[in-house]
Amino acid sequence: MSAAHDTAGSRLRAGDALERARAEGRAALVGYLPVGYPDQERFVAAARTLVDNGVDILELGLPYSDPVMDGPVIQEAATAALAAGTRTHHVLEAVDALRGSGAAVLVMTYWNPVLAQGVDSFARRLADAGGAGLITPDLIPDEAEEWIASSEREGLDRVFLVAPSSPRERLEHVVRHASGFVYAASTMGVTGTRASVSGTTAGLVERTRAAGARNVCVGLGVSTGDQAAEVGAYADGVIVGSAFVKALKTDFEAGDESLSTLARTARDLRAGVERSRTSLPASDSAAHGMRP
Amino acid sequence: MSEGLFPRPGTPLRSEAGPYFGDFGGRFLPEALVPALDEIREAFEKAIVDPEFTDELQRLSREYTGRPSLLSEAPRFSRLAGGARILLKREDLNHTGSHKINNVLGQALLTKRMGKTRVIAETGAGQHGVATATAAALFGLDCTIYMGEEDTERQALNVARMRLLGAEVVPVTHGSRTLKDAINEAFRDWVTNVETTHYLLGTVAGPHPFPVMVRDFHRVIGEEAREQVLERVGGLPDAVVACVGGGSNAMGIFHAFLDDEDVRLIGCEAGGDGVDTGRHSATIGGGTPGVLHGARSFVMQDEDGQTIPSHSVSAGLDYPSVGPEHAWLSAIGRAEYRAVDDTAAMEAFALLSMTEGIMPALESAHAVAGALALGKELGEDATILVSLSGRGDKDVDTASTWFGLLEDTTPRGDLDALRELARSTADAAPDGSGPASTAADATDRKDAR
Repeated sequence: MSAAHDTAGSRLRAGDALERARAEGRAALVGYLPVGYPDQERFVAAARTLVDNGVDILELGLPYSDPVMDGPVIQEAATAALAAGTRTHHVLEAVDALRGSGAAVLVMTYWNPVLAQGVDSFARRLADAGGAGLITPDLIPDEAEEWIASSEREGLDRVFLVAPSSPRERLEHVVRHASGFVYAASTMGVTGTRASVSGTTAGLVERTRAAGARNVCVGLGVSTGDQAAEVGAYADGVIVGSAFVKALKTDFEAGDESLSTLARTARDLRAGVERSRTSLPASDSAAHGMRP
Repeated sequence: MSEGLFPRPGTPLRSEAGPYFGDFGGRFLPEALVPALDEIREAFEKAIVDPEFTDELQRLSREYTGRPSLLSEAPRFSRLAGGARILLKREDLNHTGSHKINNVLGQALLTKRMGKTRVIAETGAGQHGVATATAAALFGLDCTIYMGEEDTERQALNVARMRLLGAEVVPVTHGSRTLKDAINEAFRDWVTNVETTHYLLGTVAGPHPFPVMVRDFHRVIGEEAREQVLERVGGLPDAVVACVGGGSNAMGIFHAFLDDEDVRLIGCEAGGDGVDTGRHSATIGGGTPGVLHGARSFVMQDEDGQTIPSHSVSAGLDYPSVGPEHAWLSAIGRAEYRAVDDTAAMEAFALLSMTEGIMPALESAHAVAGALALGKELGEDATILVSLSGRGDKDVDTASTWFGLLEDTTPRGDLDALRELARSTADAAPDGSGPASTAADATDRKDAR
């Protein structure tokens, strides 16, 4: 690890990126790609392309053999990444390669790969690599005692999920243990692009704020600039996964080394989040500060 | 959270009710499913103390399943097992042909109580899928069964049965295309349709409350068997042997004996080509602690925590994890887990068929093979209770291929040699004068200890 970036203070946390977007009067854009897809080197180039075209927070997926929360697009990419020899250390190396890119870098991982490294050891290596924290789709706070302790020690974000099915007491429980932001799943289901984002999502975001969350980002199903504008009107961040994976696949299959489809998709979504707040009163961002 | 590996002194092992068994168990699943898991737990806890529910389940067990299941002597087979007395708990005689129906009827009743209209399930060998499709027909529920594509090929008969029962069967084409991938797909369906749908999980794995609930619906196996053995033999068996994939029939038969310290509990995992080849499903024997499908247990995984595909000739045991209560029983030394490889299981399949006229499921054949080896170790004074968890009709194709009975197949096993071996036990066959060994003999043996 390069000595210049070693201190926790130099790492960009998810909350920093969200505040930066908030100061600009817009929602943040969060972009997901699975590490090692289509291969290790081109993955890093793809992630940089996302940042260069407007992504504020990178969500690097650790490819896993049994991704129960993922739909066909991400499953296929993760399978390809594993088949190409992607290992856990590649994920940490990718985080390190992307520190200083201007985006906060989160890792999205199912829990068993973290357990296999040892929770403490994984947390230390992630912090050393400049990572902001973890998004854990199959770890609920009730099972996260060890991760909560390790992430406190290392100064890492703990992004837990909530869903339309979450009752008030679960929302409070999740919010109490989360840091960085809370990931609100727009729909009951798995990752994948959808024609429309559920009308109940705004309600979930509102309920999550009422449970005490300062930052709530919405994921699952967002793929277009218009959807990003719609979601960005009420959420602090808009999370896009499958649409980026599809775009990268298009470029990869077309042999487009400049990744023009991926770049265009990112710009379109960024324009969406920039439109998101124009119709809202200027005091809107302050109104989101439910907690100091 | 965990209260340590070992149970508190004086606490009966039978009283363990999750969510943790020592360091194992828990709920490692998306937050979106937590309300559904809570709802199931509450519905289950209310139901099992509600006479309306328990009476109805008992009535169905009697009138639909055909319980209590028989306890059969196996005198000729015993001769091959060092002369030990082998008693078979005949879950193969249940309606639908395996123990799976016990859990399915319980959960299907619960589905109705929760007001849900659709059930989904995973299946490996097809036994759980057939049982679920059967209960869905009985209760008028919509039913979708997920089955790995590889399993739909090797268990084609059961696929047809499920479809004839009105269920939709979805072949799963991702990953290793076996049971673990069917479970992944079932979870994806569940998280999408949880409002109307109950995931009727078929084994003692998965997130709490499934390991406890599925075990409790199968406890009847061991409760009946314990009483039947006491009555028949005049004492407890020396050992109880069952096959373990996820481990539902094994937990069902072990549970009644957990606090009988002198009764050895032996789980037979699928050794596949041999544990040292890496191509096996012996999760406790060859795996390490980890999380898969919602519970912390033993998992077959590489050093990065990626699941290693399992292998077994028996689709129902071809699973790279195991129920958390088994992991715990192994850790505290209460139960032993042994690997039985494909060859030993296929031989046991043929030998039980030829000596007793009972064709076991390939899964159950692992327990039969385990009893064969254990009988030789313990000798003729021993009494061994074997969970014959299912019948073997569905496996005739696999066995015919293995023994070269079909055209264009190269035999991997020598059926003639097994037939000779079986013939050598002919004089042990019942001659109409009553059982070879009486309850009085056995009582004497137990008292002598």
